[in-house]
Amino acid sequence: MRRILIFGATSAIAQATARLFAAHGATFFLVARHGDRLQAVADDLLVRGAAQVATAILDASDYDRHPALIEEIYQRLGELGIVLIAHGSLADQKACERSFEVTRREFETNALSVISLLTHLANRLEQQGHGTLSVISSVAGDRGRQSNYVYGAAKAAVTTFMEGLRNRLYKSGVHVLTIKPGLVDSPMTARFPKGFLWTRPEVVARGIHQAIEKRKDVVYLPWFWYLVMGVIRALPEAVSKKMRL
Amino acid sequence: MPHRYHPWGRYPRWPQAAVRLNWRDSALPCLSDPTRNYLPFGNGRSYGDSCLTPGGVLLDARGLDRFMAFDPATGILRCEAGVLLSEILAQVVPRGWFLPVVPGTQFVTVGGAIANDIHGKNHHRAGTFGCHVRCFEILRSDGQRLRCSPAANPEWFRATIGGLGLTGVILWAEIALKRISNAATTVEVIRFPALAKFFELSAESDRDFEYTVAWIDCMAPGNQRGRGLFMRANHAPAGGCLSPKAKKHRVSIPVDLPVAVINRWSARVFDSLHYHQKLNSRGAAVVHYEPFFFPLDGIGYWNRLYGRRGFFQYQCVVRHTEEGRTAIEDILQCAAGGQSDSFFGVLKVFGNRPSPGRLSFPRPGITLALDFLNRGKPTLDFLERLDQIVAAAGGAVNPSKDARMSAASFKRFYPNWEILENLRDPRFSSGLWQRVTQE
Repeated sequence: MRRILIFGATSAIAQATARLFAAHGATFFLVARHGDRLQAVADDLLVRGAAQVATAILDASDYDRHPALIEEIYQRLGELGIVLIAHGSLADQKACERSFEVTRREFETNALSVISLLTHLANRLEQQGHGTLSVISSVAGDRGRQSNYVYGAAKAAVTTFMEGLRNRLYKSGVHVLTIKPGLVDSPMTARFPKGFLWTRPEVVARGIHQAIEKRKDVVYLPWFWYLVMGVIRALPEAVSKKMRL
Repeated sequence: MPHRYHPWGRYPRWPQAAVRLNWRDSALPCLSDPTRNYLPFGNGRSYGDSCLTPGGVLLDARGLDRFMAFDPATGILRCEAGVLLSEILAQVVPRGWFLPVVPGTQFVTVGGAIANDIHGKNHHRAGTFGCHVRCFEILRSDGQRLRCSPAANPEWFRATIGGLGLTGVILWAEIALKRISNAATTVEVIRFPALAKFFELSAESDRDFEYTVAWIDCMAPGNQRGRGLFMRANHAPAGGCLSPKAKKHRVSIPVDLPVAVINRWSARVFDSLHYHQKLNSRGAAVVHYEPFFFPLDGIGYWNRLYGRRGFFQYQCVVRHTEEGRTAIEDILQCAAGGQSDSFFGVLKVFGNRPSPGRLSFPRPGITLALDFLNRGKPTLDFLERLDQIVAAAGGAVNPSKDARMSAASFKRFYPNWEILENLRDPRFSSGLWQRVTQE
């Protein structure tokens, strides 16, 4: 029986991923900010086959609560099989440009809160000597672009932090997975017009499930983003700075 | 990802704005223009303009796709309204339960099943989907949330079942499932040469078979008109043979074909082959429930075979009397008369179990469903003629499959339409409703 801890459990990708594990009778500990919605997700997973679902309400930027909450989770579940950190926000880039306050909030949510959780969890998983630590980063972290470089910079911080963590935890047997979804049609992106590059959260979830099972290091979801970002990363700065990216 | 807000018949084609609902505790989206209408949208399996609201905003309910509670001891299931029937079956069949009523596709939402008060091959036993709904909650444009059941807000309950999504958006519902032993059905297929034989088979089968339905060869030559295949089935008993597996792969039609590949020539060939297929000589075959209940679900977007202009499905019900039988014969004769290419004809005798729904289409009688390629005005004129035959026989036409019926016909088929009009949310409307209620 798998024991799975999910932060940002009410996000569309997290819900779709949890359903795949619920079908195999996993036990969950779900964390999210909104209590009623968290309960709705928990009830759903129970009907879909989850063995047990416990929940906790947390504002991710409440760093002081992180250690106590993780302690509580360990008390409850014992050892963890899979950790998925899926919370995030996508603020308007223009609003970030106008206000450092907005930019800071974006960094707190998308980078610092993740790094705080990873700091505590990495030590725990290193101690137990097994398990998967997976985080939803983004293709946006692969290169700074004028359309969303604040979000991208926060995700880049997470990606690099995870790289180091993977290197550090390799010898302890802990699997560290960086997930880089492309454009996903979810409530977070509801305000954008959708074209052919967009994907449903269910498709991304299947990729995450597979990447966890196969102990991949970094996955682009869907896979073609690996090629797209390869091209974008390869652009020399002298060229890319003139483009509307 | 192209937008998916088309009716299943691909007609009419209107540009359509939509907002996705994701949580049942959310309010309806605020609209800057307070005169724009809302209309709930499920999975786009209504055939015509009952699922569109011209100039308005669709409330895409597929984001409300969570289960809420399921008791495997009693078979009571509560889930959000955007859950598909296919998703329910995937969860409950392995635990020995089945939906009390399923339509010809499992890709409809629970909300859509209630709003259109769908029926299935077991109408003669189980009535409509609405007969098995215990309660639900609707959200109105003024923010009011109404929990409806036969005991609480009963008038809302009865107006919302078969209410075409007009009383408010259904957020969740509780339904009573029925016990099965396994995923298999035992199916018998019997060839019949004429309509008279269909009625005999139906009368003798409805006693012993939970599911009965007939496929009619609409392209049969004149002297063989009314021939077809009668299907009757039950859920397989416990301890029989091993449960058959559902097929995993599905083919899909990727785009709207520029012209219809379904036309009178291809339909004649297909129908003739289908009619003359080799039948299982040993009587009942054991098949998985999916190919029996949902044969067309094996071809994703089969509606695209009708080409860009789309098609009409025409479903009527007439009283089960001599007059009604004559009306069915007349309609089949008209359908074979040349202006139309009907590929698909389905015939069934409805039972007497009443639905709680005020405006439900199913009622005791004979129901016939036909698909017609859209050829523009000739098709519309032809369907109007069918309306006259149905009206003369005291019948009705199914609004959730309609895209063209006149206001006069609708009001004749549904004389109590004002009950729904009075309970309709003032901000909710559909293309169909605007058309059939105009003066």
